[in-house]
Amino acid sequence: MDWQSRIVTAIPTAMDTKPKLAVWKFASCDGCQLSLLDCEDELLAVAQQLDIAHFSEASSQVSEGPFDLSLVEGSVSTPDDLERIQKVRQQSRFLVSIGACASAGGIQALRNYADISDYISVVYASPSYISTLKTSTPISQHVKVDFELRGCPIDKHQLLHVIQTYLQGRRPQISSDSVCVDCKRNQIPCLMVSQQQACLGPITHAGCDALCPRFNRACFGCFGPKNNCNTRSLTAWLQSEQALSKPELTRLLHTFNSDSFVEPEYAEE
Amino acid sequence: MPKNNSKRTRTIKVDYLARVEGEGALYLHYDGEKVSNVQLKIFEPPRFFEALLRGRHCSEAADITARICGICPVAYQMSAVHAVEAALAIDIDPTVRTLRRVLYCGEWIESHLLHIYMLHAPDFLGFHDVVAMAKQFPDIVARGLRLKKIGNDIVNTIGGREIHPINVRVGGFYKIPDKIKLKALLETLSAALDAAIESVCWSATLEFPDYERPYEMLALGHGDEYAMNEGRLRSNFGLDIAADQFEDTIEEEHIEYSSALHARIKGRGAYIVGPIARFNMNYTMLPKSVQMLAENLGMQPTESNPFKSIIIRGLEVVFAFEEAIRLLKQVLASDQLPRMPNLDDFLPSTPVLGCAMTEAPRGTLYHRYEIDTQGLITSANIVPPTAQNQKSIEQDLADLVPQLDQADDQLLQHRCEQAIRNYDPCISCSAHFLKIHKRSL
Repeated sequence: MDWQSRIVTAIPTAMDTKPKLAVWKFASCDGCQLSLLDCEDELLAVAQQLDIAHFSEASSQVSEGPFDLSLVEGSVSTPDDLERIQKVRQQSRFLVSIGACASAGGIQALRNYADISDYISVVYASPSYISTLKTSTPISQHVKVDFELRGCPIDKHQLLHVIQTYLQGRRPQISSDSVCVDCKRNQIPCLMVSQQQACLGPITHAGCDALCPRFNRACFGCFGPKNNCNTRSLTAWLQSEQALSKPELTRLLHTFNSDSFVEPEYAEE
Repeated sequence: MPKNNSKRTRTIKVDYLARVEGEGALYLHYDGEKVSNVQLKIFEPPRFFEALLRGRHCSEAADITARICGICPVAYQMSAVHAVEAALAIDIDPTVRTLRRVLYCGEWIESHLLHIYMLHAPDFLGFHDVVAMAKQFPDIVARGLRLKKIGNDIVNTIGGREIHPINVRVGGFYKIPDKIKLKALLETLSAALDAAIESVCWSATLEFPDYERPYEMLALGHGDEYAMNEGRLRSNFGLDIAADQFEDTIEEEHIEYSSALHARIKGRGAYIVGPIARFNMNYTMLPKSVQMLAENLGMQPTESNPFKSIIIRGLEVVFAFEEAIRLLKQVLASDQLPRMPNLDDFLPSTPVLGCAMTEAPRGTLYHRYEIDTQGLITSANIVPPTAQNQKSIEQDLADLVPQLDQADDQLLQHRCEQAIRNYDPCISCSAHFLKIHKRSL
């Protein structure tokens, strides 16, 4: 079912019933759901349009499902999560994953490239107490996701846009450009050209309005890869033109969206 | 208290704590005389930060550890850069230090107001959440949201964005904010200072349970200021240590029911960190204006009613407003661009170790890194404030429940949740579903 037809089924028929919003947390820092509470000017207006039916971080009131719109934060990283995400999906007419953890596994997905028993023993004295999966995976790997909102953290204006378009029965209009395009549009001098900084702007999904370059800092990929980006071309260029080593390139790509950037074929050093 | 016939056992189970950050539950068993078992269960999925930091460059520690907490990322960034700077012996410019302190003021304001209005006040006034509270008290909530936004404005202006700021780096900032923006910020803060004072006066009118406990209170202390970014860790029981003594003094224990480690002072036990500890330990370092305000509200050291932490957070908000105003004026008066050393010039010739403590909104946050000659982290240790408060939260509950023997289930549950929220245990799930099972013996 596409976005439009789901919207039609999602809008309650009775006009006096507000659509029910639910916010769910999996492995995360809470920052993306906090974005909603950071909408100081808009929060009460949102609450007029939607019934905030399940939002543990903000309310001790919990309504029963089903929910019209579910925002899911965090990645799937424990055996319990595997079951819980299925239940969330069953209760949700429309499910939007919010943030890098939910759409790409988050920083905790670095475990996917390591030995989890080693990880556990570094942090915890009694590993047998810890229940965890070997991997941290995005929500879309487990259930159908109707829309993914990127970012570590998400941009609160994009979140409001998604909620607003949902209420209007429209498809969200989120730019699919790269950070690089936003940078040019804002006439920010290129940090790769002018300062030889290793920048992920050419392959990173827009959404931050070129925030880091505005602060004289190379993009480090919070919003994950844009569609059909040419990661290999960029990494080859960084290797040849800026003499970045393979470990440096790996660190550059392995942060909050490590699982979603295509692993480059590194040139021999 | 009558025993035997009327003796009841009560089991309180909160499967998912609401209005706190992170996922937690409460299990408490009361045998009619004393609480025989209390467990604040943290089932927040482990994310293994100390493990994944190994092999990362020390310049990345600030951005990676910020992702531990979306509510207090500045605190993680501050402890991280200070620890790395300590390891590499990097001195920071006084203006950088000042701007970091302003940035921290922004996070204190934003985080404290989130807790005061959205998480804690609904407990006192009998609402499920701030949205319900706004229907009855629209002006009060509007004031809270307005003040909270100003905290976020500070973090935005200096840090780039309110959640996971991008402008903090080892040695300084990527970019010193434009004076025009700092001036606008100064004007916004000055215009809202009165509202911050009204806010704390309002919070003091709430009804507080009569409750006190003789806590050992730990907070950073600094000779010249109300400590935020640096100082020695001191307590009302005579503790006085530097950052590099932290791990010799505080031990962390892995408890079966919790994915958070429990901290305690070796040979002594539980303690608290956070606004109450800071207020009592550093009262004389508050500006006279804030001390007078505190006195007028009946708040003076030693204040050890954890339910009154909502007033203390409000006082710290007023302090943070005044401090940010004072410091911004200082920065605006200076024409010198700060010197911001480059990390690459400080890579060590042998492996080094550095640690730092700063005052997160919820209390002392400790970071320690071992760094090799290439600048890569070989080992990391992070002790967040909530891990340090966890034991005391459990002791509060064990102490509180017998005093509420005559309370009905609803009030008992409510008080337990409120007692947990007194500590602002990182926001996402502080006291949600409390199920009370009661049976007569």
